[in-house]
Amino acid sequence: MDLNYSADELAFRDEVRAWLAANLPNDLREKVSGYAHLSRDDLLRWHKILAKKAWIAPAWPKEWGGNDWTVVQRYIFEEECGYAGTPPLIPFGIAMCAPVLFKFGTEAQKKRFLPRIYQGEDFWCQGYSEPGSGSDLASLKTRAVREGDHYVISGQKIWTTLAHYADWIFCLVRTDSSMSKRQEGISFILIDMQTPGITVRPLILMDGGHEVNEVFFDNVKVPVENLVFEENKGWTVAKYLLGHERMNTGRIGASKRELVKLKDLARKEIKDGKPLIEDMRFRDKLFRVEIELTALEITNLRFLDQMRRTGQPPGADVSILKIRGTEIQQTLTELMMQAIGPLAQPFEAVGSAGGVDAYTSTLAPRYCSYRKTSIYAGSNEIQRNIIAKMSLGL
Amino acid sequence: MNFDSNETQQLLADAVLRFAAKDYDFEARKRIVQSADGWSESVWNTIAEMGLLGIPFSADYGGFGGGAADLMNVMDAIGSALIVEPFLPTVGLGAQLVARAGSAAQHAAILPSVIEGKIKVAFAHTEKHARYDLSKVSTQATKTGNGWNLHGEKLIVLGAPMADRIVVSARTVAGISLFLVDRTAPGLTIRPYRTLDEVRAGDVVLSNVRVSGDALLGTDGHAPPVIEAVTDFAIALLCAEAVGAMKSANDATLEYLKTRKQFGVTIGTFQTLQHRMVDMMVSYEQAKSMACLACSKVDHATDVNDRARAVAAAKFRIAEACRHISQESIQLHGGMGMTEEMKISHTFRRLTMIAQQFGDADHHLARYGSLAE
Repeated sequence: MDLNYSADELAFRDEVRAWLAANLPNDLREKVSGYAHLSRDDLLRWHKILAKKAWIAPAWPKEWGGNDWTVVQRYIFEEECGYAGTPPLIPFGIAMCAPVLFKFGTEAQKKRFLPRIYQGEDFWCQGYSEPGSGSDLASLKTRAVREGDHYVISGQKIWTTLAHYADWIFCLVRTDSSMSKRQEGISFILIDMQTPGITVRPLILMDGGHEVNEVFFDNVKVPVENLVFEENKGWTVAKYLLGHERMNTGRIGASKRELVKLKDLARKEIKDGKPLIEDMRFRDKLFRVEIELTALEITNLRFLDQMRRTGQPPGADVSILKIRGTEIQQTLTELMMQAIGPLAQPFEAVGSAGGVDAYTSTLAPRYCSYRKTSIYAGSNEIQRNIIAKMSLGL
Repeated sequence: MNFDSNETQQLLADAVLRFAAKDYDFEARKRIVQSADGWSESVWNTIAEMGLLGIPFSADYGGFGGGAADLMNVMDAIGSALIVEPFLPTVGLGAQLVARAGSAAQHAAILPSVIEGKIKVAFAHTEKHARYDLSKVSTQATKTGNGWNLHGEKLIVLGAPMADRIVVSARTVAGISLFLVDRTAPGLTIRPYRTLDEVRAGDVVLSNVRVSGDALLGTDGHAPPVIEAVTDFAIALLCAEAVGAMKSANDATLEYLKTRKQFGVTIGTFQTLQHRMVDMMVSYEQAKSMACLACSKVDHATDVNDRARAVAAAKFRIAEACRHISQESIQLHGGMGMTEEMKISHTFRRLTMIAQQFGDADHHLARYGSLAE
């Protein structure tokens, strides 16, 4: 066992670092580090830069553009992106729809969708949650009725992240409501957002941001060839995807970057005539979260190492990454808000006069926004249920 | 970067696990800790025969030439079985100081016997009011002709009652130095006692103990860096031991949740208990990660600061996990967990002591913060 990077790994890290330094556009870097709003174009611009370098989908099979990187290389890449402050990778296409198509899709579906996902030609979103189906996802009610070579879909999705940017949505819909087990009778289907009958309505959250939406389906006609895997077997697809999704929720690299920014802030803020970072109470909180993040990073690497050795994705234990990763993200945003003290109050940037600037006025909204992290992608309580059931056998 | 454990490491750990299952179950342990001496010579001989005492020492003296990573699985098994024999005090501290600070002659005189299980070496360092500050040494070493005169009092010396040699830290004109002292030296008294976790330790009183010039271990006045390095090494091993003890506590608690019935159902069906059990498992995984970091860094740190930061972070996190898991495991066992007859109450005590040893959570959080990145 040796947790230091090998010479090869260090060389790879240097290569990635140098490339990111040269290719991440300054305006995007500044937007990300200043917590500014990222438009659809911003997100896709960075996606396309990575696609051109052939680094957009390292985990994909090689024949579809994957990189054959070791798990450690993949980790280094993500960490360096976090450090550099790249726009986030929007996971819905590359990291969610694509793994599903690799595992369950037909050849025709793969050929039709995967290259466009890779090149960033289609922006995807995910249609899972419904107003009555949050943590209890299997209770979903959006109906798909087969009529000839189409499904006719009616119902409503909610919390649909970036649906207002999306060209496509992958959805869980009910194709049979007569089944005794609710999990049966659900299907996984791909829907063109331009199809008549779809309405997207924004949900503005308490940070003032527009990220999530309601999506309404009113007799939306979807060709049957857009069904993934078998009719009524969508729950199998959803469970498979859940495992993939949880592997990416630690967000270690991004949290490391936030920690650096938190320390910068705490060095600049003055409390009782000294930098805040020298305040005993603040230091303890800061170093606690730093150590927890270090531990999570190694836990994440241990899971990846296990994957490398067994060839199997780790089981429900990866929910640990979701639970602790989001707790750390929340702590960091809270400490950043605390670090600027009374200046956390202005909600809108009013210029740099009076010490209030665009950056500091994002910190309290960001704290608000990050409360979502322990709720989304399977709330942390659901993650605990998963571990209790699947790992502990309770 | 890799988490691989090689074949030898795995074989050694499996040997300890087999031994623990066969000859060191809870009943066997109970007989040992209740015996007059509180440890078993035959267990020590078995530990020697398995080759465990040689793992972190040079092959020149019969060892494996390994490091903390090679001891991780062994320490894990020791923690799980709550083995009380002074393995860590000997290989992690006393003999480790001899190996790192001693001369070739001192190595040859001590290490082969340690590896063969013939002698045990303790480290007498902590003093009154020193708490966890390794630099607080007031025991005096005065030059007397060819030798030294040692005078002072050392507290809570782990493994002292059964030690054959004791490495004593003392202050000379040049600074803090180390001396290798025979336990039979005139003027040396050991006041033995049991610690809360049923391990044997003692206070070592040095009343004008005269030792010869060759008792000096390393360069006069230059002991602090080696004391810090060896203490960090011992902390890394202790972290690995804690991980084994935590796993044992979690396994026992999970088993209890699956068997104990109340209100007509097993209590593990209650969500409030399920989530607490999950949080214990999360603590364990995070602690295990930090034990990996500490063991890796005491073997392969880029510099002293890198090592010290990793060890401080690990000990902080592990002390927190020890506290969390031990307290929750008693609570989830209910009244039964409080009783002497359940192993969990002994694991609780061991975890409680590990959290305190060589610096508690507060100490190591402050230490971590004081070390620049």
